[in-house]
Amino acid sequence: MADTKPLSFQQIILKLHNYWSDRGCVILQPYDMEMGAGTFHPATTLRALGPDPWNAAFVQACRRPTDGRYGENPNRLQHYYQYQVVLKPSPPDIQQLYLDSLVAIGIDPMLHDIRFVEDDWESPTLGAWGLGWEVWCDGMEVTQFTYFQQMGGFDCKPVAGELTYGLERLAMYIQNVDSVYDLDFNGNGVSYGDIFLDNEKQMSAWNFEVANTETLFDLFNKAVGECENCLEAKLPIPAYEQAIKASHVFNLLQARGVISVQERASYMGRVRDLAKGSCEAHMEKNGWAA
Amino acid sequence: MTDFLLELLSEEIPARMQAKARADLQRLFTEQMTAAGLKAGAITVWSTPRRLALIARDLPAQTEAVSEEAKGPPEAAPDQAVEGFCRKNDVTRDQLEIRDVKGRPTYFAVINKPGRDTQDVLAEAIPAIIRAFPWPKSMRWGDASASTESLRWVRPLSGIVAIFGDDLVPCEIDGMTSAYDTVGHRFHHQVTNAVRAEPVEALVSDAQHPSTGSGRTEPGRITIGNADDYAEKLRACHVIVDHEERQNIIRDGAAKAASAAGLELVEDEGLVIENAGLTEWPVPLLGAFDPAFLDVPEEVIQLTARVNQKYFVCKYPPNAQDGGGAPPSAVPATTSPSLRDREEKLAPYFVCTANIDASDGGKAITAGNEKVLAARLSDAKFFWELDQKTKLEDHAKKLSNIVFHEKLGTVADKVERVVKLAEWLASLEGTGLLRANPEQTQLAARLCKADLVTEMVGEFPELQGLMGGYYAEKQGLPVEVSQAIRDHYKPVGQGDDVPTDPVTVWVSLAEKLDTLIGFFLIGEMPTGSKDPFALRRSALGILSLLIKNNIRLPLNNLANKWLGWAFSSLKTEADDPDLYLPHPLLGFVANLPNEDALKVLRSGDVAETALTIAPELAGAIIAAEIAVLDFQADRLKVQQREAGVRHDLIDAVFALGGEDDLVRLLARVKALQAFVETPDGVNLLAGYKRASNILKKEGGTSAPAEAGAHLPTSDRDATVRDGPLPAQGNNVLSYTPEKAEKALIDALDAAQPQVTAAIEAERFETAMTALAALRGPIDQFFEDVTVNDDDETKREARLALLARFRNAVHQVADFSKIEG
Repeated sequence: MADTKPLSFQQIILKLHNYWSDRGCVILQPYDMEMGAGTFHPATTLRALGPDPWNAAFVQACRRPTDGRYGENPNRLQHYYQYQVVLKPSPPDIQQLYLDSLVAIGIDPMLHDIRFVEDDWESPTLGAWGLGWEVWCDGMEVTQFTYFQQMGGFDCKPVAGELTYGLERLAMYIQNVDSVYDLDFNGNGVSYGDIFLDNEKQMSAWNFEVANTETLFDLFNKAVGECENCLEAKLPIPAYEQAIKASHVFNLLQARGVISVQERASYMGRVRDLAKGSCEAHMEKNGWAA
Repeated sequence: MTDFLLELLSEEIPARMQAKARADLQRLFTEQMTAAGLKAGAITVWSTPRRLALIARDLPAQTEAVSEEAKGPPEAAPDQAVEGFCRKNDVTRDQLEIRDVKGRPTYFAVINKPGRDTQDVLAEAIPAIIRAFPWPKSMRWGDASASTESLRWVRPLSGIVAIFGDDLVPCEIDGMTSAYDTVGHRFHHQVTNAVRAEPVEALVSDAQHPSTGSGRTEPGRITIGNADDYAEKLRACHVIVDHEERQNIIRDGAAKAASAAGLELVEDEGLVIENAGLTEWPVPLLGAFDPAFLDVPEEVIQLTARVNQKYFVCKYPPNAQDGGGAPPSAVPATTSPSLRDREEKLAPYFVCTANIDASDGGKAITAGNEKVLAARLSDAKFFWELDQKTKLEDHAKKLSNIVFHEKLGTVADKVERVVKLAEWLASLEGTGLLRANPEQTQLAARLCKADLVTEMVGEFPELQGLMGGYYAEKQGLPVEVSQAIRDHYKPVGQGDDVPTDPVTVWVSLAEKLDTLIGFFLIGEMPTGSKDPFALRRSALGILSLLIKNNIRLPLNNLANKWLGWAFSSLKTEADDPDLYLPHPLLGFVANLPNEDALKVLRSGDVAETALTIAPELAGAIIAAEIAVLDFQADRLKVQQREAGVRHDLIDAVFALGGEDDLVRLLARVKALQAFVETPDGVNLLAGYKRASNILKKEGGTSAPAEAGAHLPTSDRDATVRDGPLPAQGNNVLSYTPEKAEKALIDALDAAQPQVTAAIEAERFETAMTALAALRGPIDQFFEDVTVNDDDETKREARLALLARFRNAVHQVADFSKIEG
C-alpha cells in the first residue's frame, strides 16, 4: 500500500461497486430521502422481510443533525456516506466475501490487523435487531456486520447479512489523512472539503440554530398523518417513506433542542409505530406470514 | 481406552462468552456420557474466537453390557402364557431357564443387553450437545433460516470435527456433517484460487503475500488425525488453541514489550483474558501517543484505551524517569498534580494485541492503532477542556432535565433532598463522627451530581464522581469538597473503599439514604432477583459507612423526614403560594382535598399531620419506615455473613424491636455470638428452650417480645421492650420454695438489674456475663423441681418463674430465634 497511490474516495466506491456487482449484487443508487443510516433504505428494511432472495449494494447518504460540528471536527459530520451491502439469505462464505472486498480496496490483511469484535445491533425505531460484529482494522471500526434476526418486529425468514462500511473512515485510513476534509475525492485535485465543508457549516447552522421549529413540528405531524393515511390505503411503500420522513424531522427537532427528555420517548414511540406499521402492511400486502 | 476430540468451528464468538462456553461444553458432554454409562478420564476444553474444542481421554470402546433377568410363569402354565412371556422379552422358548421358586419350577428369561459402541453414543451426543448449548444470545443464519426452527448458535456454526481414536464420528446437524478437517488462522493460513479471476485490475503490488493478489481467497484446510495431533497441527497453521497459552503469551509479551522500552505494564487480567478471546495468534505490540494528552486525567486515558480499544497502558517504573533505557520522551512537565498524586505516572505508551504476525513486523498495525488512540484521546481532551469552561454550579442547573425516576422527579430534585439530608446528618449530635464543616458539606452535596451533564461523563458514564472531583479541584474548591464529590458513590459493593472523611461520609450517606427511602416510599422495593435501582447496593453502602465510621444514626423516622424535606422543596407559582407547580411528588397528596393537601405539604412532620387527615399517607410512611429498617437488617445479615456473624443472632436481636441503631445492634450481636458459643451459652440456650417449651405447652403466660417486634420506636432505651417484667416473686410465694427454686429466684434477683444496667450502658459483654450466672440455677431447677406440680399454686408460681427467666434472657435477645 505504501508504494502505490492510495485509492481516491470515489475509486473506493467504484471498486466496491465492481466487487459486489461481480458477485451478483444489484447496484442501487442512493435513496432520494434524508435518513439516519443505510439500514433505513427500503432496499434494506423492506427487503429484509419475506422469503425472497435479495442481494444489493449501494451508497447511502446519512444525515445525523446532532453530529454536525460546523466543519470544525475532523471526524464528525452531520452528512456522510455509508456503503451498504445486503445479502439474503446470508451466504456461508459472507465473512470471506467481505474480507476480499477489503483487499479489493487496498487493505492487505497480512499487513493489517483485521478483527471481528462483538457488536450486537438494535434499532428500537425499526423494531429490529441482529447479532454480529464491528470489524476492526488496526483498532479502528471500519464496518458494521450484522445478521438481521428481526425487522419491524417480524422474524427474518431467511436471515439477511448486512455490511455497512463507513466510507469516510475507510478512506481516511486508506489515504492516511487525519481530517475528513483532507480526503482526496477524485484523485485529481478535488478534496472532500472542497465539496462538503461549506455544506457542513451551513447545514450545522440550519440544524442547530435556524430551522423553524414550528414548521418542523408541523412536518412531523403531517408525516405521521400521511403515513397513517397510506396505511389505511394499504400502500406500505409510501407509508414507509413517511415514516423515514418523520424520523428525520424528529432528529432535526432533537438538534434544535426543543424535545425534552420526557417527550423524547413518546416521539420515538410514534416513529416506531409508523415503521412497524409499514413493515406489517408490507408483509400483509405480499401475503407473507409472520 | 480411546481418546475423543471434538471441535465446533464457528464465526467469531464474543470474547466475553468464551469462558462460560467452555464450562458448558464440558458439562453437557459429561452429562451425555454419564447418561450412556460412560466415564471419560481427563477432559480438556479450549476456546479461540473461532472454535470450541474438547478432548476426552480414555473412553472405553463400548458401554458396559448389562444382563437382566425376568421371572416368567410356572413351568406348568399354559403355552399361551409362556409364549406371551417370550414375546415380551424378545427370547425364544428354548432360551428360557427353569428355576425353582418355593418348590415350583418356574421359567426365567435372561436378557443380555450388549454394550453399545462408544462411537455411536458420541454420534448421538454431539448434535444433542449443540442443540442444548445455552448461549446468552443466539441467532439463525443462511438458507436454513427460512424456518425459525433452524439451528441456533452464537454466530454461524461452520464445522464439526469429531474423531474417536483415529476414526471419524459420523454425525450430522442441520445439513452440516462431521469431518476430519478444519481451518487454520484466518489470514496466515489461506489459499488463493486463481480459478475465478478478479475482473478489476490487481490492486496491490505486494506479491509476497498471496492473499493480496487478484483472485478469490479461501481458508486453507487442515486434516486432523486424532486428539493427539490436533493442537500441534493447528499451531503449525498459526492457531494456538489453548486459551491459557494465549493468555500467557499476552501477559508476558505485553510486559516484555513495555519493559523493553523501559516501562512498566499496568497489569489488567481482564484485558489479558479478553484479548486472548479475540485472537488465535496473539502478538503484543507497543505503541505511543502524544505526551500532551497526559493533561487528561489518567483514569480517562486508561478507560479510553481499555474499554474502547482493549489496550494495556504503561507507567514509568520508580526511578526510571532519567533515561536508563527509558523512551526519549521525558515525563511531561505539563501533567498537573492530581487527586491520584501518590500513584506513579502514566507513560504515553500502550500495548495492543494483534492477531497476526504481520509481514512488516507490525509497523503498520502499530501506526494504525496509534492513530485511532490519538483520535480517541483528542476527543477526551476536547471534552476535558470543554467541561472546564462551565463551572460545576452551572452544570448542576441542567440536572433538572434528567429524570431520576418518574415518581420521584429529576436529578435536580434529588440533589435538593441530598443537600437537606446531608445538612441534617452533619448537624446530628453524638453520632460519633468528627464534625464536618457545614458549608463544605452543603456545597459538596449541591455539586455532587453536576458531572452527570458533562461531556466526559456522557462519554464514559463509569467516570461519574471522579470527573466531578477533578473539575471541582480545577475550579479551586476545597479538597474536602472535591474529595466528597469524587467519592460520594462509594462504597460500591463489598470490598470497595469506605469513605472516612467527614464531608464525604455525610454526602455519601445522604445520597444513598435518599435513594433507598425514595424508592421505598413509592413502593419500588427489590423483589427476588429483581433490583433495578440497585437498592441492595445502596443499603449495603449505608451499612458500611455507618459501621466503618461508627456512626450512631437512628434510622427511624427517616421516611417522614424525607417527605418533609421533599415537600418543602416543591415550587409554587410566584404570585400564588397555594398553587404548586406540577411535580410527581404531588402524587402523594393527589387524593386529598386541597386544604388538607396544603396542610400536609407545609407540615414539617408529615406523618403526624397525615395521621388525622390522610391516614393512607401516614400508613405508607410507617410501612416504608418499617420496610427500610427490615431491608437494612437483611442487608446486615448478608454483609456480616462474610465476617462470620450469624444471621440468626441478628434476627434474635432485631426481634426485640425498637433497635434502629445498626452500630449498637451489631455490637450486641457480636457479644451474643461470643456468648452462645461458650459452654455457659449453650447450656443457657438449652435451659431457655426447655423453659420456653413448657410455657408454650401451658399457654398461660403471654408470649413476650413478638408483640412489639420490629416496630420502630423513638424510644432509644434498649432495656424495656418486653413489657412489664413479672414482679420479683420471692416475697409473694405462699409456700416454701424448694432449694433449686429458691436458688433460681435469687439468681434472677441478682442478675436482672445487672443485665438491665449493662445494656443501658451498652456493655453487652457484661450483660452476657450476668446472664451466664443463670445457667447453673436453671439447670439445677430442671433437675430438682417439678413444674407441673399437683398443687396449682406451686404450678402457677413456677410457670411465672420460668416466664421471668425467659424475659430476663429476652432483655439480651430473643433466644427463640437462635438456631441450635
